[in-house]
Amino acid sequence: MRKIAIYGKGGIGKSTTTQNTVAGLAEMGRKVMVVGCDPKADSTRLLLGGLAQRSVLDTLREEGEDVELGDIRSEGFCSSLCVESGGPEPGVGCAGRGIITSINMLEQLGAYDDAVGLDYVFYDVLGDVVCGGFAMPIREGKAEEIYIVCSGEMMAMYAANNICKGIVKFAKTGVVRLGGLICNSRNVDRERDLIENFAERLGTQMIHFVPRDNDVQRAEINRKTVIEWNPEAPQASEYRTLALAIEANKKLVIPKPLEIEELESILMEFGLFN
Amino acid sequence: MLDVTTATVSDRKALRINPAKTCQPIGAMYAALGIHSCMPHSHGSQGCCSYHRSHLTRHFKEPVAATTSSFTEGTSVFGGMANLQQALVNIFSIYDPEVVAVHTTCLSEVIGDDIPTIIKKSREEGKIPDGKIVIHANTPSFVGSNVTGFSNMCTGIVSYLAEKSGLSNGSINIFPGWLDPSDMRELKRLADALTVPFTLCPDTSDVLDLPQTGVYEMYPKGGTPVASIKGMGDAIATLALGEFTAYPSAQKLLDMHAVPFEKLDAPIGLTNTDNYIDALRRLGDVEVPAWIDAERGRLLDVISDIGQYFHQVPVAIFGDPDMVVGLTRFAIELGLYPKYIFTGATGRAFETRIKELLGDKYPDTVVRHGADLFELHERIKGEPVKLIFGNTYGKYIARAEDIPLVRFGFPILDRVGHRMFPVVGYRGAMHLVEKISDALLNHRDRTCAEEWFELVQ
Repeated sequence: MRKIAIYGKGGIGKSTTTQNTVAGLAEMGRKVMVVGCDPKADSTRLLLGGLAQRSVLDTLREEGEDVELGDIRSEGFCSSLCVESGGPEPGVGCAGRGIITSINMLEQLGAYDDAVGLDYVFYDVLGDVVCGGFAMPIREGKAEEIYIVCSGEMMAMYAANNICKGIVKFAKTGVVRLGGLICNSRNVDRERDLIENFAERLGTQMIHFVPRDNDVQRAEINRKTVIEWNPEAPQASEYRTLALAIEANKKLVIPKPLEIEELESILMEFGLFN
Repeated sequence: MLDVTTATVSDRKALRINPAKTCQPIGAMYAALGIHSCMPHSHGSQGCCSYHRSHLTRHFKEPVAATTSSFTEGTSVFGGMANLQQALVNIFSIYDPEVVAVHTTCLSEVIGDDIPTIIKKSREEGKIPDGKIVIHANTPSFVGSNVTGFSNMCTGIVSYLAEKSGLSNGSINIFPGWLDPSDMRELKRLADALTVPFTLCPDTSDVLDLPQTGVYEMYPKGGTPVASIKGMGDAIATLALGEFTAYPSAQKLLDMHAVPFEKLDAPIGLTNTDNYIDALRRLGDVEVPAWIDAERGRLLDVISDIGQYFHQVPVAIFGDPDMVVGLTRFAIELGLYPKYIFTGATGRAFETRIKELLGDKYPDTVVRHGADLFELHERIKGEPVKLIFGNTYGKYIARAEDIPLVRFGFPILDRVGHRMFPVVGYRGAMHLVEKISDALLNHRDRTCAEEWFELVQ
């Protein structure tokens, strides 16, 4: 079983990219589980066709500790399995602790057992790794591969660099490695070159360049991944390519995060600071 | 026991071994018990509440009632509001106190529960019956110590309850700091003797030193009544007996209602008690009755009688800072040589005050805050003392080094009776002298060579 976590700056398209990529893997016949690690619980909407799913923590709160896997795990596109951790409303409680609680609960309930026959589990984690809870998916060997979604925008790269610092810390004591950057294009000038260069300096690779295409939004309005909504769309092939690249990826590294000056110098070099 | 401790003082930055302090909420719980008809409420998991209750019970040998928000895994994710609101409904309907004093715990602090908002919402939703009071204090244990928690709750009591009508009530507020019920009783006895109107807050006498009547009362007659606490804003002045456990709440009252305050050390020993009596005399514009002078005279007499046995005897003192400051001064008055003066609490003010008291006559005295009993033991191994003052946790060093321990401070878990006798005031000082001389001379009688074994001393 490949255990993959997707990180990246808030709003960069982690959930969209994850679900579309999972759709690609599921379409190839892989057995995939997606664990949404975001209190907003919106990481599996496209796979489930908008089905409002009860999150692990909502179930825990309502049912007490007597929870069954069937209560919290739903089947989505191409038999993909979907779980939402969920969490408190904004401003109260501890969302980070929520992630820890729900991942522990999934383990206890046997969601990762061999009998389930998973080929992949994907953790879709909220924005920055603001506290220990959000690092849970990469602690203790839970996720072993990380892909960071970014774009050619400075703040996205800054966040990616910061996440790499977190990976270094956990990589030293565990098995977690960086698999690459997924560039979710924002149509920034020379974006492909920029991210390829950035990835190289981090010691990793740009595993795929996902072009910007409004078909993604069209599919989202229909509560579907692009592959399900229009299998013939060019964007569907992009996600299939990304899925294949991840499947074939052997380059798993401990990243070398950049100093802020170096990060800015890349931006200079690629002409963003005219 | 403690066999591996050596005479070398190890350089440690992170590790504390046998810390000379405990955590914040226990202080907050104790302070809350000093309000009449008050239920202390621990906003956190059940274990915190159980530990604090049982620890207080072990010291006072009295049942200690307190409630808890009973956090579960879900509570720590979704926040403690639902639990606290349910708790308030249950507490007022089942136990019916006048006041619920909420203190936080590490867990509720880390998840950032907003207690004032929860209290406000509960009030708006009718979960707090009319006329009932809910107050709170933040008491994260990863900051400060038990004395901080005590002080935070005292400050919470002042902030929530003290009012100012604009008319002076001619009264003096006495903030005793963390003392035992017998000490609070003694402070009141002296203030009564001076016929000064006063409010002692908090006041745990007649709460945690109850007579055995065979009947359990959840809210006994003691504790500072809410009406008196409300009146504190109209007082002439506040006497704050201790930097750590009394000054902050006195400062709060000054800030809120412009009630001036005087800082005194805990009234342990001759001079500290003199200062307490004199401040009451001055502020209340009253005469000191002759019998108090006589009581003082008897203490002086005892001190002079015992002087030959105490002279330059090296002692170690550890405990909560305000108590240690008070006792250090008394030890000096008795002619003892305070060699190690330790507190587990942190605060430079402790060292500063102790050094002021020591002056230049005790050049090799080691004064430490944020320290632990392991270091005290290391130092005693290096240069021994003849007597240790401290709480029950000192008994391990006392046994290992065969040094008598005079139990002093909080907690005393292994003896009964200490709560009957004060350590403050002239009578408390006399009681201390007796304890010290018993400890020193019993040890000498037991260990000295036969030719030094005297019938008359």
